[in-house]
Amino acid sequence: MSEVATRRISYSQALNEALSEEMERDPSVLMLGEDVAAPGGVFGVTKGLYEKFGENRVLDTPISEEAMVGAALGASLLGVPTVTEIMFGDFVTLAMDQLVNQAAKFHYMTGGRTSAPMVVRMVTGTAGATAAQHSQSLESWFTHTPGLKVVTASTPYEAKGLLKSAIRDPDPVMFFEHKLLYNSKGDVPEGEYTLPLGEGAVVREGTDVTVVAYLNMLPKVLQAAKKLDREGISVEVWNPRSLVPFDRAGLERTLSKTGRLVIVHEAPRRSGFGAEIAAIAAEEYFDSLKAPICRLGGANTPIPYAPEMENRVIPGVENIIEAVRQTLR
Amino acid sequence: MPNNNLQNYNPEFLARLYHDMVLIRRFEERASELRNAGHIPGFLHPYIGQEAVAVGICAALGKNDFIASTHRGHGHILARGGEPKHMFAELYARQDGYNRAKGGSLHIANIELGIIGANGIVGGGIPLVVGAALAIKRANEADYPGTEKCAGGVSVVFFGDGASNEGSFHESLNLAALWKLPVIFVCENNLYGEFTSQEKHQTIKDIASRSSSYNMTGLIADGNDVLDVFHVMTTAVDNARKGNGPTLLECKTYRHRGHYEGDMAHYRPKEEVEFWMAKDPIDNFGKRLMEGSLMKKEDFQTVEDEIEKTLVDAAEFAGQSPHPDPEEALENVFVESYEGRALL
Ligand SMILES: Cc1ncc(C[n+]2csc(CCOP(=O)(O)OP(=O)(O)O)c2C)c(N)n1
Repeated sequence: MSEVATRRISYSQALNEALSEEMERDPSVLMLGEDVAAPGGVFGVTKGLYEKFGENRVLDTPISEEAMVGAALGASLLGVPTVTEIMFGDFVTLAMDQLVNQAAKFHYMTGGRTSAPMVVRMVTGTAGATAAQHSQSLESWFTHTPGLKVVTASTPYEAKGLLKSAIRDPDPVMFFEHKLLYNSKGDVPEGEYTLPLGEGAVVREGTDVTVVAYLNMLPKVLQAAKKLDREGISVEVWNPRSLVPFDRAGLERTLSKTGRLVIVHEAPRRSGFGAEIAAIAAEEYFDSLKAPICRLGGANTPIPYAPEMENRVIPGVENIIEAVRQTLR
Repeated sequence: MPNNNLQNYNPEFLARLYHDMVLIRRFEERASELRNAGHIPGFLHPYIGQEAVAVGICAALGKNDFIASTHRGHGHILARGGEPKHMFAELYARQDGYNRAKGGSLHIANIELGIIGANGIVGGGIPLVVGAALAIKRANEADYPGTEKCAGGVSVVFFGDGASNEGSFHESLNLAALWKLPVIFVCENNLYGEFTSQEKHQTIKDIASRSSSYNMTGLIADGNDVLDVFHVMTTAVDNARKGNGPTLLECKTYRHRGHYEGDMAHYRPKEEVEFWMAKDPIDNFGKRLMEGSLMKKEDFQTVEDEIEKTLVDAAEFAGQSPHPDPEEALENVFVESYEGRALL
């Protein structure tokens, strides 16, 4: 990236630019969601798009997640790509039939004769005492449904590049954004770029242990890595960027370098995507491993309301440091 | 404006309606025989008795229109131009099936024919046509690449009385009414959802009355009278094309057989079955055509012979179509299947 001129913008601005550029590039793209038009979305991601593209392209829907996602799918089957915002990712449960039984399967069920270029953007994760029904991290549900792609955006650079690729993708893409990242700032290239789905990235180089992290666990892992540096522990941080497709080669590269693996996610540890990553490492790259794999995830509880309880169930910097030390013991 | 008077229609059009209804019935009868003979691995929900609905509705549609269907979908697909040979091939689970043997009875789809698909989920197709209508609206606004095939169109969904209790029905009606989309919601009220009669699953008799909750036009047609269905549907389609928004069109009808092939339907009173059998849509329309001197006795035989030949050929085609390679099961999970991707 050294050659390219960059700017510092926020994660939500980056998403907004991606939406705006893609809607400009492809005049058939439609956007749907609750309060996404004039209000600009609950988290401000769609601000200005209604003014720019008009009410025929930026559609406020009633509070009807099933009809909204089903309509997005129906339009996409007829060649109109759609981007749908689920105000809080938790509400995706109301659209599960349209995603799991319909969108994920159309291409397959029709023997490859249809395709559904649709993106479902979901505001997820724990932030500021939003409690059990507004805080969940549901990404692994969708990784368990073949036919859906699952993308996580962890920085402004990723948010823009991955969302643009998701919109251009011919398959349904579940796009996970984290509430606490919307105001985070980062360098984003001036001009046009995209980031391919299925390609992870080494976010920080290290030699002793690989820590895999995405969404809001990424900044926490980076903080932990800095602290561990002072203890003489060199942490490599690897971000898969998309869970489906998953960058096995990228995982292999970092493991063959460090030989130790810690996986961190905010979603409950039980059956979280970390289990899948651990299984891939154990089954395919066992020879690279020098120590047992460690998975760190949210507690197997709903997300509680009280901030001190909320912190208890989500991995924190200290938990990450401890997990890394354990792995090196 | 078409109406229910035979004299107002072109005789060829009437003959085609009759033909299409017979085609559906014989297709379903043949499918059930073929299944009993072990040629069809999946299960079937016969459309027999409801033929006037599919044929009357689809006769009012044009090239750029789309339908979404249900688990009881063969009639809709045939009426929309589905070819028996590719349908049988799909039911046989062979390579020449509409879905390359990956769908079966519940999922036959073909976008080129304007068929978004049958559906295994009760109520699952309803939101899809709201989206199809959104694409149509988009295509009407300007030439967007890929949408030319739907410009000027309307979208239609078939569903049963049972489906009208699903959330997807209510959400979709509200949304389509709000956005004034060119959708016709066609409820085939055959008085049963699976084994449960209408009075045991909802307090209303006329499902069309639910339209008033959404400030939408609600219409009722005699679902056993193909001309009445066509006539009422034409009004709804005209309205949709003029930009006047969606219609909920209820067709009162009855399925002659059980819910699925093999269901003896003992839960239905004998008198009720007899009442509806006497209202057979094909017999009654045939009688009218005869009385109106539009078809002679030998014409009926010609229709039967021609359909018999089509279906024999179609079954033979299906039987000769190759079985899929089991490895194909790993393809088409995503649009570009490349090595390893299908297993992710
Ligand atoms: C969501 C869902 N629930 C239940 C079923 C099982 N099921 C299949 S068909 C059917 C009855 C549907 O009744 P109706 O909508 O009236 O259509 P009909 O069978 O009369 O054509 C049921 C309950 C299903 N396929 N999908």
